[in-house]
Amino acid sequence: MPSLCALSLWDKGHKEDTKTHKDTQRKIVMLKKRIIPCLDIQNGRTVKGVNFVDIRDAGDPVELAKKYAAEGADELVFLDITATEEKRKTLSELVKKVATEINIPFTVGGGINSLEDAEMVIKSGADKVSLNSSAVKNPQLISEIAKQYGSQCVVVAIDTKLVENEWRVFVSGGKTPTDLLAIDWAKKVVELGAGEILLTSMNNDGTKAGFAIEITKQISEAVSIPVIASGGAGSKEHFKDVFQKTKASGGLAASIFHYNEIPIQELKNYLKTQNIPIR
Amino acid sequence: MIAILKYNAGNIASVQNALTRLGFESVVTDDVDILRNAEKVIFPGVGEASSAMKYLKERNLDEVIRSLKQPVLGICLGQQLMCAFSEEGNVNCLGIFKTIVKKFPPQDLVPQMGWNSLTKLSGPLFQGVNESDDVYFVHSYYAELCEYTVATCNYIVPFSAALQKDNFYATQFHPEKSGSVGEKILMNFLKL
Repeated sequence: MPSLCALSLWDKGHKEDTKTHKDTQRKIVMLKKRIIPCLDIQNGRTVKGVNFVDIRDAGDPVELAKKYAAEGADELVFLDITATEEKRKTLSELVKKVATEINIPFTVGGGINSLEDAEMVIKSGADKVSLNSSAVKNPQLISEIAKQYGSQCVVVAIDTKLVENEWRVFVSGGKTPTDLLAIDWAKKVVELGAGEILLTSMNNDGTKAGFAIEITKQISEAVSIPVIASGGAGSKEHFKDVFQKTKASGGLAASIFHYNEIPIQELKNYLKTQNIPIR
Repeated sequence: MIAILKYNAGNIASVQNALTRLGFESVVTDDVDILRNAEKVIFPGVGEASSAMKYLKERNLDEVIRSLKQPVLGICLGQQLMCAFSEEGNVNCLGIFKTIVKKFPPQDLVPQMGWNSLTKLSGPLFQGVNESDDVYFVHSYYAELCEYTVATCNYIVPFSAALQKDNFYATQFHPEKSGSVGEKILMNFLKL
């Protein structure tokens, strides 16, 4: 269904619609680029505003996840930002509930500091865990989880920022710089057994000005595992750019999906018209 | 009752969750009597082929699986273990499907991770599923095309996305993680 805000672009939108129909007829038969909404979780609830009117409880991560899955999301990422001691219990309950109700793969990240933390999340039903600061502090954690559950379970999230012409790795939610260069760390995590890299450019995150093409291209061409681009998505064209100009396997975004600025199905239809392989 | 085979290769909870969503009761078990008497048996799995085969053999579960008469569905590693031989650990497998399991050549990212299309569909598993519908794959090894191939997928090479021989069915993809298309395929199996 065309959204109301597209009225001023009616002619353009109308043409695209017609094209979309043709394109759905001739589906591209190959591995697809993934569209991945990210949900920030605190105390078992989604944070950052959500303004959906058609779901019962917009703060309930399970309701939101179901909505995204129904709309065509290819995968989901839950990022737990709870800082309290109750964290493990609420997270485990949430993961179990999501696993019961969602029929697409999902990743859980945020404060996974040990093999035990990973075990709890995986046993509760997550398909993958995402490590960030904990992997920088203790790189062996990547290998330990990969050995126990397989590389396909281990996502390493890399937060990077361009500082004096170098893409540096930052930890602790982007607050603390490290000496690591993003490209070196990316290659290192592959050696250690990571199965996927979630690359967030802090320069782009929240700007809605597009993904960081240069570093995403550099890293996605340098490693033998999928790279998911994150940070900066503000339009459908931004997803097209990252898929056409880099080897990213997926694009992740949060607010544009939460606020329904870009409905997932509309984004996917658009990318199909651009000949990008999309489910 | 649907029996889900319990062994040393994980991913069992997500299969059971999917069955529950579809309204089917299931039990996770390695009890031979329960397996033999179940209405259907699901043989899931994520893990390494040679250690999984070793585990099955030590418990005589290899013989049990081969002798099952009801519909059996292997998923992912389950499909690979139902083939004749796997390059993963160079191990003889159950030999239900006379085909071999090879590692993807490194011309592209390995494992294949994500949604890819099914083509050349045949057989009851794919009733109502459309050519080039997408399903979710995570794997580094694949079963070669053979006379039992009932769905093909292309990633680096064409391979068996699904196999069927008599009462034995198998998918390389994860129907339990493949959205509504996956649910359709699972339902087709459950209704056999």
